[in-house]
Amino acid sequence: MPDILQNVPENDPLRNPDQKKLIDQILEVNRDRPGATMVVLNELQKQIGFVSEAMQAYAAKELKVPVSSVHGVVSFYSFFTTTPRGRHVIKFCMGTACYVGGTPQLIEKAKQLLGIDVGQTTPDGAITLEVCRCVGACSQAPVMVMDEEISGRVRPNKLPQSIRTLQD
Amino acid sequence: MKYYRSHVLVCVDPDCLHRGAHEALDAFQDELVAQGLIDEVQVLETSRIGACSQGPEMMVYPEGVHYAGYTVDDIPFIVEEHFLKGRVAKKFELPAETAIDEELSAPTPKEMRVVLRNCGQIDPENIEDYIAENGYMGLAKALTSMTPEQVIDEVLASGLRGRGGAGFPTARKWQFCRASAGQVKYVICNADEGDPGAFMNRRVLEGDPHAVIEGMIIAAYAIGSSQGYVYCRAEYPIAVQTLNIAIEQARAMGFLGQNILGTDFSFDLEVRMGAGAFVCGEETALMASIEGKRGEPRPRPPFPAVSGLWAKPSNVNNVETYANVPQIITNGAAWYAGFGTEKSKGTKTFALAGDVKHTGLIEVPFGLSLREVVFDVGGGIKDDKGFKAIQTGGPMGGCLPEAYLDLPVDYESLTAAGSMMGSGGLVVMDDETCMVDIARFFMEFTQEESCGKCTPCRVGTKRILEILDRICGGEGREGDIELLETLCEQIKQDSLCGLGQGAPTPVVSTLKHFRDEYEIHIREKRCPAKVCKALIRYEILPEFCTGCTVCARNCPTAAITGERRQTHLIDVDTCIRCGICMQVCNFNAIVIR
Repeated sequence: MPDILQNVPENDPLRNPDQKKLIDQILEVNRDRPGATMVVLNELQKQIGFVSEAMQAYAAKELKVPVSSVHGVVSFYSFFTTTPRGRHVIKFCMGTACYVGGTPQLIEKAKQLLGIDVGQTTPDGAITLEVCRCVGACSQAPVMVMDEEISGRVRPNKLPQSIRTLQD
Repeated sequence: MKYYRSHVLVCVDPDCLHRGAHEALDAFQDELVAQGLIDEVQVLETSRIGACSQGPEMMVYPEGVHYAGYTVDDIPFIVEEHFLKGRVAKKFELPAETAIDEELSAPTPKEMRVVLRNCGQIDPENIEDYIAENGYMGLAKALTSMTPEQVIDEVLASGLRGRGGAGFPTARKWQFCRASAGQVKYVICNADEGDPGAFMNRRVLEGDPHAVIEGMIIAAYAIGSSQGYVYCRAEYPIAVQTLNIAIEQARAMGFLGQNILGTDFSFDLEVRMGAGAFVCGEETALMASIEGKRGEPRPRPPFPAVSGLWAKPSNVNNVETYANVPQIITNGAAWYAGFGTEKSKGTKTFALAGDVKHTGLIEVPFGLSLREVVFDVGGGIKDDKGFKAIQTGGPMGGCLPEAYLDLPVDYESLTAAGSMMGSGGLVVMDDETCMVDIARFFMEFTQEESCGKCTPCRVGTKRILEILDRICGGEGREGDIELLETLCEQIKQDSLCGLGQGAPTPVVSTLKHFRDEYEIHIREKRCPAKVCKALIRYEILPEFCTGCTVCARNCPTAAITGERRQTHLIDVDTCIRCGICMQVCNFNAIVIR
């Protein structure tokens, strides 16, 4: 297998000086913490937005752990993504109360409005559509999370308006 | 310390933030300064105090007046009326009864707030608020007047059992961990509240983080640990943030760190975040995750109390368990043991959700009946429909029908009925719920969340889901029910951890209590509750349709055709049975056949 770090793709965050600096900073701060892999990956996901293959290899090298164990962690947890998401993420909660409360209908409507499937990003890179686990706002089911913001009691006919606020 | 005559608590939960809570906070500050009241009235941020539907909501103490439905422009008026003229600004006052349908309302007569006592009442980001409510009293009492053994004895006498669901006596766990050899021991808080439909722990972490921290410090003292971790799921960013602020404040006050309260006991805490894996709520998987690995469970024994985090003796308890501890120490075991039943002592928080009138958090003494919980505390079924089932214990729990409503809520009774206590999610389902579909929903969840380490869970959940998909899809066969029963039994017996062992429970319980529904799906290819998409179709009633076009405009697949003011038609082949048309129709002209 060719060394990934020898062939870092042109558009990888590791090639972007600002992002590279951020990545190094995250690694530096957390290097000596016990169980650093999870902490580092959580930070990378949060601050860079995804963890590319090259970033995984780089983190493994810096943390002195096998690439396989970093990749094992990345592929295990649903929060880590290996490709960039859209500038905005719309998530629909699939907890029991939301499921019973109408999330499936909302997802159909959102798919129609955005013209994409769950897990995909609109071609302009604006919005990613996702389904997520219970966000714990069950008394307001069905719940939608736009970026970090939770809205409850969402109705399908209100969706176009909410989505438009993200597109502007 | 400054004294204020009034405290204004503004809700900064997501809903209220969305409706301008920060702007309202700033406007209050400005207006109080302008009126020269800033030294008399304090403005604080708090978590949810109301339904947040007319936010930003606010509470004024000591009067306890609840305001909502105002805009930033109304704030000078409220300040003038309330703080200058000393009368309630009636225009924006929310009467107590309308404040019922919310996440955490005033306790109903059958409730008893121990764990939730401070939630929504104090500023979670201000440690002094917690201290003013006798916070850290239990810690002081334990450290200065009790030996670790006495602390364990007190908790043992209180009868406190693990609130994560399994119900293991908390003090026994502590005893085992204390007795384990080794200098380094860890105290871990399981804040990976992953059960869909459960949000009790989130509220405690967001509303009263110090209660959990104090409970952990007391546990650490009892066990002989100097380092603790709170493992919180990534879906709860606000809880993580609140916890971190609270830990910093506790450290600054000398409740965490070296020589706590001047004694030679030292302990510190760190928050670790999950990354979206349900299985990490299982204690051995949780510890693997803190270690930075894939969250896969391992066989027990060795139990964590012997070999846990980094192979050191570790004690894992749930958020709610720890939050109970300070009050047990402060008020004494006898006080706590005064609530509940013979084997289940104290109170339990539940998240009441689904088709019940008053959804939200409740805390009741053990022993109340499910009927009292659903109908007295929860106000009964929404829209006065019929009760069908109550789902307890999350995806590893079961669905109980009406006949079980008089069951007392305690660990043993729920397990005996074929469900379980679980962490405390209660989802009420009305008579329009399809139980086969619900079983399929939970199976989809566990199948996806199965970590894949052991075969019975990885393959078995998938096979069950395939059969349920088939039944819901109108392709059920004779013998499917028996096949499901065999599979469920095997998966239950042979899986490695609680996830796999509990995964069949929703299927087993619905098969037991709603077997006829499975049979109708399989034999008559019919969904009695009219939920399963392959078995239903939507139709427009010509006598009610006004041709308003609302349904056609909202249909995601353009399956509805018709001219304005003409009766519309649904094309059965294009229709995906999403039900949006029925939801948006103002004339009840759409029915399910």
